Amino acid sequence: MTDESAVGETSTKDEPKSSPQPGASDSGRREGGHGGGQGPWITAIRKLRSDGAAMAALSLLLVITALCAAAPFYAERIAHTDPFRSSLEAEIVIDGRTVPVLEPSTVGLGLGVTPIGPTWDPRAYLLGADNQGRDVAARLLYGGRNSLLIASAATVLCLLLSAVVGLTSGFFGGVVDQILSRLMDVLWSFPIYLLAISLSIVLISKGFEIGPISITSGSLWLPIFIIGIVYVPYVARPIRGQVLSLKESEFVLAAIGLGVPSHRILLRDILPNVTTTLIVFIPLMMALNMLTESALSFLSIGVQPPDASWGTIIQDGQTLLYTRPMVALAPGIAIVLTVLGLNVLGDGLRDALDPRSKLRIGQG
Amino acid sequence: MTRNRRLVGGALCAGAMFGALWATPPAFAESLGRDSATPANLTQVADMQAGHRGGTMRLVARSAAGTIDPHINYTLQFWQVYQMLYDGLLGFKKAAGEEGFVVVPDLAEALPEPQNGGKTYVFKLRKGVKFWDGRDVTVADVVASYRRIFKVSGPTSGTFYNGIVGADKCLKSPADCTLEGGVIGDEAAGTITINLVSPDPEFFYKISVPHAAILPADAPATDSGTTAIPGTGPYMIESYDPNSQLKMVRNPYFKVWSEDAQPDGYVDEIDYDFGLTDEAEVTAVQNGEADWMFDQPPTDRLGEIGSKYQKQVYINTLTAWWYAPMNNNLAPFDNVKARQAVNYAIDRKALVNLFGGPVLASPVCQVLPPGFPGHVDYCPYTKNPGTKWTAPDIEKAKMLVKESGTAGQKVTVIVEDTAVARSIGVYLQSVLNELGYDAAMKAISPNIQFTYIQNTKNQVQMSVSQWYQDYPAASNFLHVLFSCDSFTPGSDSSVNISGFCNKGVETKMKKALKLGITDQVAADKLWAEIDKEVTDLAPIAPLFTPKHIDFVSQRLGNFIFNAQFYWVMSQAWVK
Repeated sequence: MTDESAVGETSTKDEPKSSPQPGASDSGRREGGHGGGQGPWITAIRKLRSDGAAMAALSLLLVITALCAAAPFYAERIAHTDPFRSSLEAEIVIDGRTVPVLEPSTVGLGLGVTPIGPTWDPRAYLLGADNQGRDVAARLLYGGRNSLLIASAATVLCLLLSAVVGLTSGFFGGVVDQILSRLMDVLWSFPIYLLAISLSIVLISKGFEIGPISITSGSLWLPIFIIGIVYVPYVARPIRGQVLSLKESEFVLAAIGLGVPSHRILLRDILPNVTTTLIVFIPLMMALNMLTESALSFLSIGVQPPDASWGTIIQDGQTLLYTRPMVALAPGIAIVLTVLGLNVLGDGLRDALDPRSKLRIGQG
Repeated sequence: MTRNRRLVGGALCAGAMFGALWATPPAFAESLGRDSATPANLTQVADMQAGHRGGTMRLVARSAAGTIDPHINYTLQFWQVYQMLYDGLLGFKKAAGEEGFVVVPDLAEALPEPQNGGKTYVFKLRKGVKFWDGRDVTVADVVASYRRIFKVSGPTSGTFYNGIVGADKCLKSPADCTLEGGVIGDEAAGTITINLVSPDPEFFYKISVPHAAILPADAPATDSGTTAIPGTGPYMIESYDPNSQLKMVRNPYFKVWSEDAQPDGYVDEIDYDFGLTDEAEVTAVQNGEADWMFDQPPTDRLGEIGSKYQKQVYINTLTAWWYAPMNNNLAPFDNVKARQAVNYAIDRKALVNLFGGPVLASPVCQVLPPGFPGHVDYCPYTKNPGTKWTAPDIEKAKMLVKESGTAGQKVTVIVEDTAVARSIGVYLQSVLNELGYDAAMKAISPNIQFTYIQNTKNQVQMSVSQWYQDYPAASNFLHVLFSCDSFTPGSDSSVNISGFCNKGVETKMKKALKLGITDQVAADKLWAEIDKEVTDLAPIAPLFTPKHIDFVSQRLGNFIFNAQFYWVMSQAWVK
């Protein structure tokens, strides 16, 4: 038997009263055993599948992701358009009539130029054009790719950094904890959007270069990096708290007593116990990151042209709110649906991975 | 001047030289005919005033324009307001169109004759004029006001007024400024003598702008900020809070001394509210809650304004241009073929549409605006080159890029973060990508963009900017924007943004400037040649000539558009 299994055994006996942390892998395995011999992950998946709302949210997210992934196919094969190129002089045929994509007013004084509205025909300007004569539907799909990519990558970066900070700080304590905690306090002391905006403004003009790491100003890595950093304290803090609690649990004390090296205790005993917390954070952080990315892009300090994101498309639509509200509405609706889906999925995941919740269901 | 919103340059023009450019849609010919009329005599004025006098006029703007100190503020927004609050020894005529460029005596009794070979002017101060606090305007006030220009380190003290004797000392030590030997008052004779270091044909214009307004001698020698300094115009400032409102009421001590320089106002009170969005400004004017909006209407409201509210819209051509400076000292635009390629590729009709359509702008492909002295129609960067732009020539542009060997290079376009400028930036980025460059566009705050693109340290390759005339002379575009003297590497104040410095062109410009003193017609011919030469060398890409929209309430009457300061507020009525 390995040290790990020995620790696992130790935790199995005392976990319900000594460690109230939900979803810990070892306790989950044990409790799963009580529930019919299934592992904690299978139990969680089973629970998630029985959660109608979470499954609907997951389906919605899959559909949105699939649609966004198909952006090049839609733009090239169906709409036959380049969503990153201005088409100010373009014309299309609607009902046998050739009409300009950007139509100068002919009424009254002839002031203003209005882009074409939704045609509801997927082959040409389904959702209309923006003020550059670009197909809004195609840009929406391309923008979704970037928004989802930034939200996902920033989430991964944020959770990775949070896990490292939270585990190190909580487990080693002392000076290490003091330094890391104060660093987190400094980050936390800034309003999140103020910090993100400040970082963006500074980095967006010149890019970012430290040693071998070089990010150009127009790169998508810049918003990923900024968003990933600013939320670290919000995840690292609860992780640290959980680690502090786990550090005092008997299975960890037993491992320490048996002379198991610290890094092994961290990786084999503590990390698995905080994994579920990190998993629950994934959709919630993605939602938060997506909103932050949209806000930064809306303020011109996120995704840079010609790249699009849902935030930049809303910004494009801001000057057309009165005449072509669809340009801003479409990405707005996309953000609402995606964030709603992520939040509902996050709730479902939390319920599925929460052992207390499972017990309640079991008792019920 | 750089931008119509932020900076107003020296006024400085010779009205007689200037062609009539203030076009108006035919639909408004009748109303403009009425509105633009200048009162013929005081009796007529009195009759008109009796019928329309009174009421409160409400103006709205996105934000205030900073300090209310007339010796410091350098914005069109408040220079418009100062026209009815302050007076100088001389002033611009409060009249419609190009008549507004004419300099007339204001607090001085008459335009003085030049003496001492054009280096001395003696002004006779009018008697009986009072500040709005009831004190008489004296010779001492005039002398103190000229000293104050330097004491507060006014933004034009080193450019407009540095030719006054003693100005050099004042510029070095503003606090101790006396302008000794430069501005001499004679209280008994009621005269002020101004001595210049050398003759300056633009001197009258320079002392007609608000930076040379006459203020009480005890005005603080520092920026007065939000505290109003008494003036002499028909209105006075009752309160000013840059976050909410500038409130102006009638100056109880005002009496008309010159209809041309300072006519009486019609309304009793003017409330200028700040903090509205462009959209809210339009809605306020539509609903009659406001009488005029300072900012240009947002593009998505233009159609509505132009169709449903056309009788409340005034459109006037400006002698200005939007252009894209290209850095002549940085790759890829250190290659003339690359610059010419951009000029050939730009679809100026498309840019006009981005600005609001053909009614609001016209394509241009040369430096001097249409109708400007020295302008001769010339357009090499179009399909079928000739005198007018017709269509982009992408094939030729691509060929030039190929010949220049610059394809594939990275180019960044820096624009202001405003809706129109961003659209233009995105379009230019698209054009550059089509030409084979790897283009990026950055929109930065309008507060810093203009200085940012001027400083060579920022390595700006391409940008979008605007230039509005200070005075109708070809030199105000060509010499200011393209002379070697205007290029100061490493400075935020290097208005030759493209860093263009061509010896041949420079020599011709110097020659034209000299020639202008004796033979303006010959000089303008030379400027036309220079315009052609600069256009061929393509240091910039000309984009379009803009027009100005004023959107007013239904009740507002007697709208007068002055070429120098745009709408003459005091002459509008709301009753």
